[in-house]
This record gives sequence, C-alpha cells and structure tokens, in this order.
Amino acid sequence: MPEIENPTPSPRRAKTSAYPVEHFVADVSETPVAATDSKISDDAPTSLWREAWRNLRKQPLFIISAILIIAVIFVALFPGLFTNEAPNDNCMLSNSDGGPAPGHLLGFTQQGCDILARVVYGTQSSLTVGLFATIGVVIVGGLIGAVSGYFGGWVDAILARLGDIFFALPLILGAIVIVQVPFFRENRNVWTLVLILMTFGWPQIARITRAAVIEVRNADFVTAARSLGVSPFGALVRHVIPNALAPVIVIATISLGIFIVAESTLSYLGIGLPPDVMSWGNDIFAAKSSLRTNPMALFWPGLALSLTVLSFIMLGDALQDALDPKARKR
Amino acid sequence: MAWYLVRRFLQLIPVFLGATLLIYFLVFSLPGDATAAICGEKGCTPAVEASIRAQYNLDEPFWVQYFLYLKGLLTFDLGTNFAGRPIAEIIANVFPTTAKLAVMALVFEAVAGVVVGLFAGLKKGKLFDSTVLVVSLVVIAVPIFVLGFLMQFLIGVKLEWTNPTVSGDATFTELILPALVLGLVSFAYVLRLTRTAVIENASADYVRTATAKGLSRRRVIGVHVMRNSMIPVATFLGADLGALMGGAIVTEGIFNVNGVGNTLYRAVLNGEAPVVVSIVTVLILIFCLANLLVDLLYAWLDPRIRYA
Amino acid sequence: MRYSRTSKMLGVAAIAALALSACGGGDSSTESEGDASRVIVVDGSEPQHPLIPTNTNEVGGGQVLDLLFAGLISYDAEGKSQNEMAESIETEDSQNYTITLKEGKTFTNGDPVTASSFVDAWNYGAAAKNAQLSSYFFESIEGYDEAAAEGSTVEEMSGLKVVDDLTFTVKLSQPESDFPLRLGYSAFYPMPAEALENPEKFGENPVGNGPYKFDGEGAWQHNQQIDLVPNEDYEGPREAQNGGVTFKMYQNDTTAYQDLISDNLDVLKTIPTSDIQNFKNDLGDRWIEAPYAGNQTIAIPYYLDNWDGEAGKLRRQAISMAINRDEITKVIFNNGRTPAKEFTAPVLDGYSDSLEGSENLEFNPEKAKELWKQAEELEPFDKSKPLTIAYNADKGDHKTWVQAVVNSIKNELGIEVTGKPFASFKEVRTVATEGKLTGAIRAGWQADYPSLANFLGPIYTTGAGSNDARYSNEKFDKAVSEGLSAGSVEEGNQAMNDAQEMLLEDLPAIPLWYQVAQGGWSNNVENVEFGWNGVPLYYAITGK
Repeated sequence: MPEIENPTPSPRRAKTSAYPVEHFVADVSETPVAATDSKISDDAPTSLWREAWRNLRKQPLFIISAILIIAVIFVALFPGLFTNEAPNDNCMLSNSDGGPAPGHLLGFTQQGCDILARVVYGTQSSLTVGLFATIGVVIVGGLIGAVSGYFGGWVDAILARLGDIFFALPLILGAIVIVQVPFFRENRNVWTLVLILMTFGWPQIARITRAAVIEVRNADFVTAARSLGVSPFGALVRHVIPNALAPVIVIATISLGIFIVAESTLSYLGIGLPPDVMSWGNDIFAAKSSLRTNPMALFWPGLALSLTVLSFIMLGDALQDALDPKARKR
Repeated sequence: MAWYLVRRFLQLIPVFLGATLLIYFLVFSLPGDATAAICGEKGCTPAVEASIRAQYNLDEPFWVQYFLYLKGLLTFDLGTNFAGRPIAEIIANVFPTTAKLAVMALVFEAVAGVVVGLFAGLKKGKLFDSTVLVVSLVVIAVPIFVLGFLMQFLIGVKLEWTNPTVSGDATFTELILPALVLGLVSFAYVLRLTRTAVIENASADYVRTATAKGLSRRRVIGVHVMRNSMIPVATFLGADLGALMGGAIVTEGIFNVNGVGNTLYRAVLNGEAPVVVSIVTVLILIFCLANLLVDLLYAWLDPRIRYA
Repeated sequence: MRYSRTSKMLGVAAIAALALSACGGGDSSTESEGDASRVIVVDGSEPQHPLIPTNTNEVGGGQVLDLLFAGLISYDAEGKSQNEMAESIETEDSQNYTITLKEGKTFTNGDPVTASSFVDAWNYGAAAKNAQLSSYFFESIEGYDEAAAEGSTVEEMSGLKVVDDLTFTVKLSQPESDFPLRLGYSAFYPMPAEALENPEKFGENPVGNGPYKFDGEGAWQHNQQIDLVPNEDYEGPREAQNGGVTFKMYQNDTTAYQDLISDNLDVLKTIPTSDIQNFKNDLGDRWIEAPYAGNQTIAIPYYLDNWDGEAGKLRRQAISMAINRDEITKVIFNNGRTPAKEFTAPVLDGYSDSLEGSENLEFNPEKAKELWKQAEELEPFDKSKPLTIAYNADKGDHKTWVQAVVNSIKNELGIEVTGKPFASFKEVRTVATEGKLTGAIRAGWQADYPSLANFLGPIYTTGAGSNDARYSNEKFDKAVSEGLSAGSVEEGNQAMNDAQEMLLEDLPAIPLWYQVAQGGWSNNVENVEFGWNGVPLYYAITGK
C-alpha cells in the first residue's frame, strides 16, 4: 500500500483546489485559521457539488444528454404509447425476416416478431439492468476503492486482495451459482442479473477509484483540509472523492453499455434473462442467427443501445467538465 | 521497498487459500450431478455412476474434497479431469497460447487506446474526437460475438488476409485478428480514460509552467501530460490482464483458440472442480502480480507516491 | 433351421462384394475417381473420454473409433448390415448365437483378431469394476446382471463362451431378434490384449483393426486434432479411398463453417443454425441434405398435474396439433428437417408414415382449440404452473427452434408458454433424471444402431433409463418385448409399430421432426456421402 514519505506536496504537481489561494504562503500567525474558515463559509458556492450543478445547467452537452435520457426513461416506463403491438404474443413465422410493412415500421425478426415493438418493450429491462448495475457497482466499488486507497495500510491490503479474488473469479461460474440459489431459480428476472453484474463488476471500479484516490490524497488541498482539522473521513468525502471522480465516471458510463450487452452474452450462455423477457440483449443475441439475411434485426436494438450509451457518456463528459475546477476557470 | 514487496508476496497466501476455498465451494454447489455430464445424453447404469463418484470423490462432503485437493496440490499432483487427462498437462497446454493472445490484446489496447485517446483529448470537441466517440460506441454496443464474427467473416473469409481460425500452433500472425477483437472493448475504456485524463491535465498548472518555460509542445505533451495521465490507464490495464486471460470465452470460441477461457468454461459446465480451481488459481497469481506491478508503477508515474 | 436374418445379412455382404469386384477390384471408389492420396480434414470435437470402445458414448469419440475399429458387422450408408470381422452370425431361436470370425484378420500391432478379442472386450465393458460408460449395451447377454451389479467383482458374463480361435457363442437372457443388428455399435468392437492390460495408455494411443490407424504415438493432440492414416492391412467394405483423415477439433459449428467456406476444412457434417439460410449459396453444389436416424421431441412428464390423466392426454394432443411443424422446419431450418409422423426415423427398416394416430402430429389449430376446451371441462388447467420447455444452452443450438415452437403454441392456443434455458447439459439432465422437471423438456434420440426398437425401448418402456416423461403403460411394454423376441424382422417391426400407435394416442413425448444431416465440403474433395447416422462416410472421400 502506498504510503507518503514526504507529505509536502511537490511544487510541480500542485493541483488547483476549489479555494482561491494566491501563490504565496503566509505565516500561520499572520492569517488566523478562524478568519480563513469564516471567509470560506461566507462565499456563496461553498459546495463543490452545488457549484457543479450551476455549471452543468448551462452546458448544451448536458441539456442534450438529459433530454435523451429522459426520453429513454419515458419509453421504458410507458412502452405502450409507442407501439400498438403486443410484442410477445404476436410472432408469426410467416412474417419471418420480413422487411418494413404497414404498421410494422422496422420489419420483423427471424421469429416474425415486430422489431419496433421489441425494441420499445426491451427498453425497460435493458435500462434497468444497465442503470442499476452501474449504480450498484459505483456505490460498492467506489466506496471500497476510496476507503482502500485513502486509508492504505492493512485496510487496503484486505480490500484490494478481496477485489483480486473476485476479479479472477470466472463470471459464468459465479453467475451459474447465483442463478441456482433457490430464491432466484424460480423467479429469474432483471434484478438477478443486476446482482450478478454487481458482484463481478465492482472490483474494476474499486481499483480505478483506489488509484485515483491515491493520486489525489497527496494533493495540497487535501493536506490543507486535514491540517485545518477536517476529519479523515470528512476530507475523503468532501475533498478527495469529488476530485477523483473523473476516471470513475468514464468507467461507469462505458460500463453501463457493457452491462446491457453483457446481458446478451449471458443469454448466449443460458444464464441471462428468461427468453420471454424482452430486452435489447436478448434481441441482439437472437438476431445473430440471421445476421447475414436480416441484419436490420440486429441494427435497431443495437442503435437503441448505442443512443442510450451515448447519452450517458455525454452526461458523464458534462459532469466531468462541471466538476473539474481547472476547466471551470476558463 | 523490499519490505513492501515481501509483505505483498506474503499476502498471496491468504488470497490463495481464500480464493481456492471460495471457488471450490462454488463449483461444489453448482447445480446438477457431475456424473450426468460424464454419462452424456443416454445416461449410464447406477453401478457405473457409483464407481465414477468414487473415483473422483464426488460423494465426499465439501471439506473432504477440498482438503484432498489441497493435499494433492502440496505433492504437486493436481489430479485429472473427467476425461482422465492430468490437469497439469492441460494447464501447460492452454496457458502459453492464452498468454500470447492476452499480451497481444493488451499491447494493442494500450498503444492504440492511449494514442487515439491522447489526440482525442487534445482536440476535444473537434471532428476527430467525435469520430472516435462514434467508433467507441459501436465497439461498446455491438457484442463481441457479433463483432468478432463479422471481422472473421470479412477479413478471414472474404478478403482472405488471414485464416479465419487459429491452428494448434497459434502463431503470431494467426493471433493478430483474435487479439484485435479481444482488445476492442478494453480499447474503448483505455481511450476514454486517456482522453479524460489528458483533458484534465492539459490545463494543470505544471503543464502551463512547462509551456511557459519554453519547452516544446511535443515534450510538454509527451512528458508532462502523458505521464500524469497514465495512472488510471495503468490501473485499468493491470486489472484487465486477468480478464483478458480468463474471460476470453467468446473470442476463443469464434477463432477456435484452444485457450484458458474455453477450458474453464467447459470445466465449469461439467462441474470439474479441480480443473476450475487450478486454472483460476493460476489466473489469480497472474492477476495479483500484474496489480503489484501497477502499484509500483504509481510511484514512478507520480513521484509523490512512495512505498515504505 | 437357420435364422432368416443371418441369411439376409450375408446376402447384403455378397452384394457389397459384387459391387466392389464389378469395379475391377481396384482401390478406387465406385463413383468418379479422385485423388486417393489426399489427407481429408474433417470437423471433430474433442473426445470426452479416452478412446476405448466400451467407454465412449458421444459422437466426438465415436466417429474416430468407427474408423479405427472394425466390429463383427458395420452399417452401409442406408443402415443395412454388412459383415466385417464376422464370417457368419447364426441362431435358431434368437437367443443362442454362434459367431464365426474371418480368418487372418489382425490388429495394427500384429495381434490376430480372435474370438477372445471380442469376448474379453465385452466382458471388460460389462464388468462393474471397470465402470465403462457403455456397459448397458451388454445387458441382454446372460450373466450381465451378475457382472454389472454395483460392487460386483465378477469379471465374466456366463453367456459368452469361446469355442475356438475363430468361434464364440453368445447366450442372451431372453430371445431378442435385433441383437445381431446392434453388433456394429462401437461398444461391441474387439480389443487387443494390451488394451485390457493398460486401458489408460491404450485410450491415448488406441490400436484397432479398422480401415484407419493412429499416425504414430501422440497422433491425438488434445483439443486440436487427431491424425489418422490408412491401415494397409485392412480388407473389407470400408477401405480407405484417401491418404488419411484428420479430425480438427472445433468448439462450435459456426467457426468450423468459416473454415469450410474458405477451404481450410474439407468436410463439415453439421451446418450451424446461423448459416442454414446461406450455405446453399455459399457452397454451390458442395452440400448435401441426408436424412439420418435421429429425431427431435419434447417430453412432458406425467408427474405434472396438468398433464396427467384424461385431461392431460387431451392437452398433449392439443399442444401437438398446435405446433406448425411444416412452417417451422421450412423457416427455421430451411427445410433441413422433416416433420415427424411417428416416434422413430424414416431411414429405418419398418418405418411407416401412416400409423393410426399420426394425425395427432398434424397441424390442426381448430381441433387443437377444441381438444383444449374439452380438457378444461374435465379439469381446469392450473394456470400457476404454465407450460415451460426446458433445454440446455451449452451444446446444440436449441434456443431458436424452442422459441418457434413456443410461439406456435401460444398463437394457436392462446396459453402461456415459455422456453426455459439451463446453463449446462449436466444440470438439465440431472433434473430430468431425478424426476424434478417443472415442465416439458426437449428430448430426441440419435440411434445407436438402425432399429425401430432402439427408438422405443430405452425411452418409453416403464423404468427405462431415458424415460424422462415417466411414461408407464403395461400394454406398450408388452408389445415392445414381443417385438424384440419376434421370429422375423417383419413380425418384429409390426409389433413395434403396434406399440407406436399407443404412443401416438398417449403422446408421452410430442415428436417434432426427423433429423436431416446438412453438411458441406470444400473445393478440394469429392465423393462425400453421409451414413445412416448422419456421420459422413469418411473412408470414401477422395481428393479432387
């Protein structure tokens, strides 16, 4: 576990903090600690988060991505508004691999199901899997990574090695075992999948967070905060984590897409969602068998998936910009 | 530093015990009777099933099975799989190929990801950046079993630049295409991580200072921006090595690579606990070493981080 | 009086010999002459067990053994028996058989093939202490029960007696007229003495008496390939027409297909589902569709409340009539399957497509709805236990057709049906064997030997090993055992078809379609023909 030998930050690596500090170091007696404190609390945007939010609202990137995400969530919640087909009960082989027809804008799958209806109805489970698995992984992995990187020592040793064990565990092995726990066996659904993806996804985020925290915890503003009497945990939450978020956001937004697709791969291995649950992953997998004759059956769910991932990646970029104090100065 | 290394190596012991125990337990609790896998579609007689169980200690309780395995391990006897092949031989057979494939994929994703990510970051918001974003979206949104199949079909079958499948020798040229496919998803991660870090660091004070000092742009980017952007990337790559080696089930299947991923997959499906545990143990060792290397790299990338 | 089957078999052998000599007795095949020196690369899968005839129960190992060994008889492309090692197989009562071997046959290590090569191998296969997977193939032989009982140390079956070097007798525990037909199956191959001394070593480098032999020690590179070269000493109906056969191991058919269309693989015996729509275009005239002795069914267990009794029977019939077999075989398989009319397969001797009750397997949505309604009146369907169809996701490509069957039933009957994938074959097999299924299960049968009985006895008789439906019908059991002990093949087949009519009424399993081998070959080979069991006749393939 990395430990700091020389707590004085090297000058060339001075990370700019959220506080407007001039480039001289005043004697402690000249600037009473209390005065500094009060000055900060008087400033309006004390919270990094609140300031980030103010920043965010003005960004076009954020607005576009937010609209897209809200649209996707809307489709997920009210699929019936977007198609008249009952997607799971009206698959006629006579329509197999058919092109667009009146009332069936996007054509048919190999099983003769309406593609538009499947894509619309698949939104809910795919989004649930992607979103909640990501949230879960970020919370669990982020917390473990942050704690292990910030505190170091034996805490880090235990948590990091635990992550190693989980990371090396084959996903299929764990997934097959989780799926056969009696509780899940009889009602396998999206939440089973979320749990599986969380169980095996957290070590990655944990390692990335740990690295970012190790990098940030040596920054002068953290040292400053600590010397001002902020508790270790307080410093971690208020100063270290916000500044270590960038790589975590990158991994999380990509993982969102990866998780949605992973559901497809798990279906391929027979441990994904049951075949009667509609999801983009299930459809992409099913479309593979008619890839050369009916590529559109793959294209549409793939496009829906891409747009969703794109909107979350854009949201991530916007969030990073908002959180990055250096970018804000400009 | 020396003490740090000693401690890290000592940590391997509990990791090893914990991991083998956990994995053995997971395989033990896999659904289905292992004899069903051996006996196949048409089954075999109860007498035959009973002798198979006895042969592989399948009737023993979990702890007994686990300790029998550990005992064998201490005498360098890993046992055999259900087909009667020594596990040590299987490992010696599949790991070199997979290692080659994984390292090639890692090099590809590292080099391509960092280079593309760097330029995308420097030209944030420009056409190049947006193009790269779309490409990475495709990589993320199209599952590997589709992407791999398409690349195999186009490059191997239609263009005939390479054989569609990998032969038993698994030569360097044969592995190029599978390595590309295997590294694609991680390439997207590396590229986005690099891009983000570059954007963050390009406006850092020390970069401005370096520029102000009159250093060339090449040197500023090459030394100051790059070096400080590498911590998340190195972390990701270190963690990815294990995933590339053990999780290449789909890619190995598409290109018919006789590697770790598929051997592991088949062993899990057949419930061959000793095979699964042995392979995963090797994977964990590789994984821990890769992570140790990355942790040491932190100190080189960021001089403020020291190991005592 | 000699048993008629024997004379028939000898007749077939005589015809085969004539056909060969008509060709001038040369080493070329009867069709167009090809390059007889080319090594043919064919698709294989890693044998799951050491290559020991009595311990191999799957295609990957079985197809290699079939080239390495020659049994008493072998089967030609149509599934007719032809003598290989046997000079004659004679019986008067279908219970006591006298088997005489041809003179001068040897294993590739020089050992002669004698009566003990067979008797010792069979005893080895049956004895419980050797735990051979195919032991149940010997169950008809007298003394099997003693040798194969759990924990038994008996090493020999009392029904096998060596008379002299070339003659042995077999006594069955009851008359079974199709016993000679089984003798071409790999479990009945002879083994040299060294095999029984050190089976592990033998299983890695087997020594046989068939048309091919291992290309030296270590010809089996695990998970990569097995190299076979012609056995010059072999004389018989399956002489090698090529310079060798290499089995290249593939993890899945889709990959093998890519190699096939780029001429890296010479023969692929199964076109993957994903390329069924393309292969005729991709391959030009280099493909074949050949029906073989296998079928696909879905078994519905009787221990499920909804599917038992009179109402259950009506529902089974309703389900069967709601499945549009014609459309599914046409769309999903591109006509690569044939809709089923009964429970066996059309390539078999005695097959009939017009058995009483075969209309239950025809698509008839109106009748299906009506039957379902009748069942509802008898006993309402417990909707908390909807119909599921279990299948395994790891081997074979079942998902697509199961989904099509599910949709067909749903569309016609308006009931809830879903597919139920299991991650591993092992898991779904265990559940079925333990009788803990919660719905239907995909079943099906690949014949071990070409006989109607092989499709009925092991699956539908009371307590049979593969009776997943737990079907039990005394009348059916009686008909099957009568068929087995019948005096002639015709009588036997008649009895089997009578038994089948009971199945068509009760539908313990719902037959879907017969298997058709869809295979293809590269630009480099010709003379590709498929056998009765869907495996190409590798020995007949030549280079171009």
